[in-house]
Formats: sequence, C-alpha cells, structure tokens
Amino acid sequence: MRLSSSAVRLIIPAASLAVLLAAVFYMQPRAMSYTGLNLLFNLAVPIALATIAQMLIMSVNDLDLSMGAFVSFCACVAATFLQTSPAIGVLIFLGAIAVYAGIGVVIHLRQLPSIVVTLGMSFVWGGLAVLLLPSPGGAAPGWVRWLMTVKPPLVPMAIVASVIIAAVTHYVVMRSSFGVLIRGVGGNNRSVERAGWSVVGIRAAAYALAGLFAVLAGIALVGLTTAADANIALRYTLLSIAGVILGGGEFVGGRVSPIGAVIGALTLTLAGSFLSFMRISPDWQIGAQGAILIVVLALRLFLNRVEKREKNR
Amino acid sequence: MTALTAKPWVWSFAAAILVWVITVLFTGGSSSVGLSQATLTFAAFSVIVGIGQMFVITLGPGNIDLSVPATMTLSGTLALKVMDVQDSMIALGLLIAILVGVAIGIGNYALIKLLRIPPIIATLSMSFIVQSCAIWTNRGLRIKPPETLSDFTTSYSFGVPNVALVALVLSLAAWFLLEKTTYGRWISAIGQSSFAARMAGIPVDGTRFITYVLCAVLAAVAGYLLASFSGGAALNMGAEYLLMSIAVVVIGGTAVAGGNSNVPGIWGASLFMFLVVSMLNTYGFGAGVRLILTGLIIIAVILAAGGRRVAR
Amino acid sequence: MNDRVPKQEVVAARDVKVAFGAVKALDGATLVIQSGECVGLVGHNGAGKSTIVNVINGGLTPQEGAITYGGASADQGITAARASGVRCVFQELSLCPNLTIAENARVMLSDLKGAGWRRRGLALVTRQLAEIFPGHSIDCESVVEDLTIAERQMVEIAISFAAVDARPKLVILDEPTSSLDAGLAAQLMAYVRRFVETGGSVLLISHILGEILSTSDRIVVMKDGKVVADRPAVDFNTRRLVETMGSVVREQGWQRSARTKTGAPVLSVPPLPGASIRLEAFSGEIIGLAGLGGHGQTEALLDLYLAANGNWWPAAEPKMAFVAGDRGLNGTFSLWSILKNLSISSLKGLSNRSVIDTDREKKVSESWRKRIEIRTPDMHNPILSLSGGNQQKVLFARALATTAKIVLMDDPMRGVDVGTKQEVYEILRAEAASGRTFIWYSTEMDEIRLCDRVYVFRDGAIAAELVGDDITEAGVLAASFAGGEAA
Repeated sequence: MRLSSSAVRLIIPAASLAVLLAAVFYMQPRAMSYTGLNLLFNLAVPIALATIAQMLIMSVNDLDLSMGAFVSFCACVAATFLQTSPAIGVLIFLGAIAVYAGIGVVIHLRQLPSIVVTLGMSFVWGGLAVLLLPSPGGAAPGWVRWLMTVKPPLVPMAIVASVIIAAVTHYVVMRSSFGVLIRGVGGNNRSVERAGWSVVGIRAAAYALAGLFAVLAGIALVGLTTAADANIALRYTLLSIAGVILGGGEFVGGRVSPIGAVIGALTLTLAGSFLSFMRISPDWQIGAQGAILIVVLALRLFLNRVEKREKNR
Repeated sequence: MTALTAKPWVWSFAAAILVWVITVLFTGGSSSVGLSQATLTFAAFSVIVGIGQMFVITLGPGNIDLSVPATMTLSGTLALKVMDVQDSMIALGLLIAILVGVAIGIGNYALIKLLRIPPIIATLSMSFIVQSCAIWTNRGLRIKPPETLSDFTTSYSFGVPNVALVALVLSLAAWFLLEKTTYGRWISAIGQSSFAARMAGIPVDGTRFITYVLCAVLAAVAGYLLASFSGGAALNMGAEYLLMSIAVVVIGGTAVAGGNSNVPGIWGASLFMFLVVSMLNTYGFGAGVRLILTGLIIIAVILAAGGRRVAR
Repeated sequence: MNDRVPKQEVVAARDVKVAFGAVKALDGATLVIQSGECVGLVGHNGAGKSTIVNVINGGLTPQEGAITYGGASADQGITAARASGVRCVFQELSLCPNLTIAENARVMLSDLKGAGWRRRGLALVTRQLAEIFPGHSIDCESVVEDLTIAERQMVEIAISFAAVDARPKLVILDEPTSSLDAGLAAQLMAYVRRFVETGGSVLLISHILGEILSTSDRIVVMKDGKVVADRPAVDFNTRRLVETMGSVVREQGWQRSARTKTGAPVLSVPPLPGASIRLEAFSGEIIGLAGLGGHGQTEALLDLYLAANGNWWPAAEPKMAFVAGDRGLNGTFSLWSILKNLSISSLKGLSNRSVIDTDREKKVSESWRKRIEIRTPDMHNPILSLSGGNQQKVLFARALATTAKIVLMDDPMRGVDVGTKQEVYEILRAEAASGRTFIWYSTEMDEIRLCDRVYVFRDGAIAAELVGDDITEAGVLAASFAGGEAA
C-alpha cells in the first residue's frame, strides 16, 4: 500500500510522542497513572489551542509573531472582565477576533509581510495586557476553573480535551469546505482565485478563526493557573510555531495537520517533563528543546528525500 | 529640500527630535543634558544589534535572525567569565565574544542550508541551544566586568557616552560596507531578487552566509558591551532586543521586503524608541501605553512604507 | 460531422484587440465557437493563442471588441464565464498540490456543495476519469502532490469535464497532452470527440499537429494577433498548416557570416537521454535556440549558466553572462539606478579590494550608455524610469560589460520595439565578430534567422539542428511540431 504524504507527515510526530512517552514511563513508572498523566499533560491544553491558532495562520502562508502576547492579553481579559462582568468580557473577545480578521485583510490587501505586522500587534496586545493587569492578579471564572480541573472517569481532562480539540479542528480544517478553501489558498492562491472565490474573504476567515482559538487558549490557561499576568504566555509564540512544525506542518504551501499540531503541542509539553526525569540539569532544558526541534526537522528532511527517491524510481 | 525629505531616515530623526523637545520642555529644560546622554547610551545598544539585523533583513523576505538575544547573553557571559575581572584580559574577552558570534552565525546558516528550513525557525532552534549554553556558563556567581572596561562603557568622552562612540564607529563601518563595497551591492541585489542576483553572477549562498555571521558578531559585540555596562551578565539581558532589533530596522526606513537598507535610520529609530519611553515616563504613563504606542508606530510605519510600494 | 444537435453559439469574441504596452497581442481577432464542435487553434509563439484564451475565459478584458456568451451579450469576467459553462485547463498545472483530488474538485467546481460533497466529488472524478482514461491507475483518494505530472494533468482534465448540476458547455484545453504519453493522449482525443458529439464544445490548442488534424472539426490559425485562416479541418493537412502558420517569405535583411566551425568548441553539452544531438558552440558564433515557447530552451540556458557559476565564491573569471528575458522576474533590480543595474555583473573589474571605484564605474557605464544608446539624461535615474526596451538594453550592457566569452540570452527581445531591436542586433554582430559566442533563445522567427546555427527544441530536448541556409521559417516550424517533419 502506498502511504499518502499526509500520512507520512503524521508518522514522525506520532512516533516521537510515543518514544518520549515510553521513555518517561520507563524512567518513572508512577507517571503511568491517572494523576501522573494529568500532571504530565496539564499545561498542554492551552498550548495545543495556541498551536492550532498558529497553524491556521500558517495554512495561508503567514506567520503570527503576536501569538504569545495575544494569548496573554486574552488570559488577562479572562481573569478580569470575563470573571467580573461576563458580557463585557465576551464583547472584548469578539472585538479581538474582529481585529484578527482585520489584520488578515490588511496583510492581504496591502501585500504586507505578516511577520512585521504581527510583530507590531504583539506590542499592542502586550500593552493592553499590562493596562488590564499591571501586576499578576485576577481570578479565573468559576466555570473555567471547573472545566479545566474536572476529573472525568478513566482518562484525565487534559487528554480528553486534547482529543476533542484535535477532532474538532480536524473536522473544520481537513474535512469541511471552509478548511479546503483555506488550505487551497495556501497551496495555490491563483487557482482558488481563478475558480471565482474571494481570497481576501477566505484569509479574513482564517485569521478570525485563529483569533478564536487563541482566545480559547487564553481562557484555558487562566483556568489552569487561576490568575493571570501580562507576560503569562509570552513563550507561546515560539512554542506554537515549534508545535506546528513538530506536528508535520510546513511554513508554506498550506501543508498543515491539526492532529499533528496537537501531538506537537503534547510532545513539547512532555519534553519538559522528560528532561527533568532524565535528570538533565534545568540549564539544558531549553537547549534540549531546540535540539529536539532540529532532530525532528532533520528526520523529516531525510524522510522526504527517501519518499522522493521512491517516487522517482 | 525635496532630496532631503525623500530620504526615509529623515522622518525617524525628525520624530526623535520632536519627542526630545517635548520631553525637555515638559521638564523645564533642566533635563536636557542628562536625557540626551541617557538616550545616546541606551540607543547605542539598539543601534549595534539593529545594524546586524538590518543586514539580514536586507537579504529579502523571510530572512530574519531570532538568535540575537541568546547570542548577546552568551557572548556577555562567556566574555566576562574569561576576563575574570582582570584588566589584562579585556582584548581576549572581546575576541571570545566575536568568536561566539562567528560560531553562532555559522551554525545558523548551516541549519538554514543543510536542513533547508526557513531562517526564522533555524535561528529560533539555534537560540534555544545558545540560551542553554548561556545558562550553563552563567551558573554560580555573577562575575563583574574588569574595572577598566566597566569604566569605559559607563563614562563619556567630550560629553558623549563611549558606547555611543563605539556604535558610531560600527555604524560608519556598516555604512561604508553597504554603500562602497561589492558586498553591499550584493546583499542589496539579493534582497531585491535572489534569482536575478544569481543570474547576474553573484555568489548568493556565500553572501548570505557572511551576512548571518556578521549579524551574530554584531549581536555578540553588543552583548559584550551591555554586560560590561550593566556590571555583569544577566540571563535575560538580551530579551528586549529581539523585538527592538526588528523594530528599529522597520521604523528606520529599511525596506522589509528587502534590498534597501538604511544605516542613519537605525540611529533615528533607536533614539526615537528610547525617547518615547522617557517621554511617556515623564508624563507618568505606564508601560502599557508605551507598548501600545510602540506597536501602533510600527504598524503605521509599515503601512505607510507599503503604500509607497503600491503607489509605484 | 453530426447534424443531430442544432448549432448554437457558445462563445463569441469579435474583433478583439488587446495591447500590452506597445505590443499588440491581439489585433482584431474573431473567434466564434458553436456548440457541438471541436475547434483546433494553432499558431507560432506570440500569435495570440494564450491571449485569446484568456479573453474567452474572462481573465482578461479586451480594450476593443465584444465577448458574448451563449449568443447574448452579458456580464464579463471570470465569474460570468464560469456561469456560462466555460472551463479552462491551463497549460501550467493549476491544482492545489496540498489538497486531495476530491478537495480540488470542491475548489474548482463551486456547485459541488452541501452535505456529502466529499463523497460525491470523489465519485464524480472517479467516474469522469474512468470515462476519459479507461484503465487508468490513479488512486482517487490521494493528495495531488503524490501524483505524477501526467496523473495531475489527467485529474485536472477530468475535473474540468465533470458535471455537477450542469455539464460544461465549452472546455478549453491548452496543450492538454504536453505531459501525457501517446496512449493517454489518444484516449483524451477520443473522449473529446465523444464530448463534442453529444453537444459540447472544445477549444483545443496543441503543438502536435496530428491531434489537431484528427480531432478538430474546424481549425483556426493565428498569426501576429490575427486570425489568418478559419476553415474546416478537412481542408488542411500537415504541410498546409505549417505553411499557413508561417509568413510570406521575407527578404533576408542580414548577411549571415559564412563562418565555418574552427578549433575546439567553447562549449559542448552532451544530449539528454533519449535525444541525440549535442549542443555545441564555437568562438564567435551566434547560436539560436528555437521551437515553441516552454519546450525546454530556458531550462537549457539556466542549466548551462548555473553549472558554470558557483554559488559560494565569486568567480575569478566569469565564463558566461546571462541576459534575462523576463525582466521583472530575473533581470532588473527595481530599487536601483540604471548605473547600478548596469555595473552589477562587472563590479570585480571596477573595484580595488572590493571597494568600488565609483569614478571608473561611472566612466564605464557612460561609455555603454553611448554605445548601446540608453535613452536617459542621467545614469543615476531609477531603472524603472526607462521604457521596457531601454531596460532591456541595460541588461544587454550588463552582460556585455563582463569579460565572459559566452553570453546566454533568454528571449530578451520579447516585447521590445523594432528600432531597439535593430540597434541591439548591430552590437551583437560586432561583439560576435570580436570572438564572443552568443547562445540565443528567441521566440521570434526574424531573430532565429539571424543566427549562424539553430537548435530546434521540442519536448525538452533538441529535435533538430539547422545550419546556414536551412534556417528558414518552414524548417523551424516543421521541427517544432511533432509530425511536422513529414511536411
């Protein structure tokens, strides 16, 4: 049977997660329990949501450098307005999503580099977050807190949530017409245009959807940490990009995989725990993440070459 | 006059001067010397890293170096450790810093070329590793810089901060490189169209490689100076220079689409960025407003610059 | 011919004129397509084939003339054309490589919507593929990038013929068999006949004259933006087609140097697998690369150039220089002045230890300005202030100012006015006389006739070598079209 390239793309992320998980269980058998898994993957939910948001932007060949600042901002809103006056909180979120759609339109119409525009936006979101919460504080709305700490039978919440996120986004991005058009724009802008679709509309929608997932990431993060501060999620920018890449996504060409992205986010989360189980000094943890990223990319290059050789034969 | 207003860097200088005047007026003129000296000092660091980033961005869309902060931290830490508070080791420390830059630059381009990954993710992965090396080196006590070096970086010649003079010398060198040498022509050509550059006989890979090394070396030198200036290396000392280095390039009038770089604009933008901060501080605005304004300025500049391109 | 289906006008483009700058792409061309007929469209490069296709499918609005769909003058544009049942298979593949076949059908067929579109789309394409290419081995669930080029072309053709609600009225096939083998091409042509016999229309563009002659009901021959013949296919044979595409024999305005090959070749490239002719060049020769556009001439030039110039170290002595044809893509540096654009390839000779000697640069560029007559008051003006022809002269000067012995030219005179052309021809001749070798890909017959020796490309390889008096329009045309040799 010939494997499709999208299946090949999922092999490496799934394998690296499995290897990592096996290593963790081997070193720390106690992790193989409900509580253990919960601890291992707890922080994965907001990262997975942010990764999905980044993936949507990347599927139309752009990159969002404001992801971390925006998720921080959303966390601050969730810990303040959403908790005290939910209606205003929801309105702010809707406004933020509209801004995201607007950014998509501006980037397309003026042919601007998304990196610089979102860089500018990262300052804006960061500033708004600081205005909302100059010092760490706020509180998670009760229902969010409940949602993030609920203990479903058999499988911990983090796993359940990850599966739901993967399933829903897989449906939207990989199965629905809307997802087809988004990826079509990433794959061949001109042919989508020639078939009579509005590319600017499709891009605006992709950005808006990314905004929605980033909002959810902020809310989920507050549910876990119970309080927020303006810098709470700054590292999400880099984590989300790395998650998409680890999950088999590519920077251009609309080649993305929501399931892969969620797996990538889980892998990144697990890598941290793994390294501490390995008794690798905390000094080297960031470096090891960089090395993992490089190894995965090298593996993928190798696999692509093998695949190409097979095809040419 | 039209020739002057046509130069994109004029605007960043005009804005910097305007903000300076407003701030000085608000404080009744008493702060003019102190404000200027502080501005020059802090702008100097942004200028040095900004120039390196400018060279990379000139190479065209997609080219960016995210390893700047990690490079600064590692070179600062390593250099201070090697110098070990001895004045006799100052030159060796600088050499170490430069070597760190060379090594990181080579690593960056090796990843870009060998793994065929976009510069943004290559330099990002590299920065993770470099950051870890810095953490590992930095363990233990905070090492002070050699006294002579520390004095040099914090004092003034003719009323101008020494670090600003260093930045000025480096800027002149960068300007000469860009305007007067074949290398400058080459990076500009590559930024406008890397395919056309290749077909005009330019060694594209070699030029890009040198550029990434140059950017890392400048970041390393900035890290060396900053660590000496602030009395020791801190792990997060480079953090704010990631966005800053890109922001000063954009505001300074360098085309984000590549091919067109602008050394004076880096100065204007660096002075402006610091002055906006001090102005808002003087008026009692907090960090939030400052960040929002910075972001809006970047977006406004890119919108205006993009508009020029469309109009033509 | 069948007369069961009453003829209706599907698309009509009447007296259409389109100009790109000074170049007239279409100069009053008329093309009317009736239902139930297959129209073959042939012509040499620049005859206006692609332009009229773009006018018909709504991608291009003509400056003069009228487009009507279904006999009534209605809206124009891509959406209107698609609504009137016009579909187009473009020469370059236009599927999204990252999507599956069914997903591509979703993008290309906007009426494939609602629940279960994926299943229906899959069934639709599967059925259509089986109908056009019986016995094919395409896995219809695969992603397009996993398919070979031929399979992608088959899928695109199948999607274009597929009917969701209403079947397409007119399908434009622009070189549909360019990557299909003979068996698949025959299947496609057979299907085109079946499609036409049930009332559909096809506009067929191909460089394989046999296909055109056997499949079309009517053949339209274009030349210089005009329709020069529009007659039933039975009136043509290969020889008559080739003759109609060519022009009345013009006077040779140029005395070809009766140079004989002397010494060792300065360049020698072994033939590609499957071909038999070596590409060789001798000192002082002007070599032409002819054939229809997109048959591997540009690729051959790029291969030559990239193999000769390193990418890491500047060459000590450049062996080749390159003159681009697509100025925007690989020629001019648009942010720069004329001067910088001219000197970029010869900076080594203009600098001391990498520091550019601006005086010398200025002097050299000034001398080229005079020699090649770049019409500008100041070489420091931006390159974009020049007309296209003068920009092209700058690119010539850039290549000629180097010390390279071989100059490669990638159809550089495309869209350049006649006066400029004559000036450049003079300089080429002078440079060749002083020992430079030129390898010149041109889509214009007049230029090919200027060459000492010509290689005609077809399907990515050299199909024929013509020398001296054999270099005629008829000779080149015959070698460019498969089956044309018989003529």
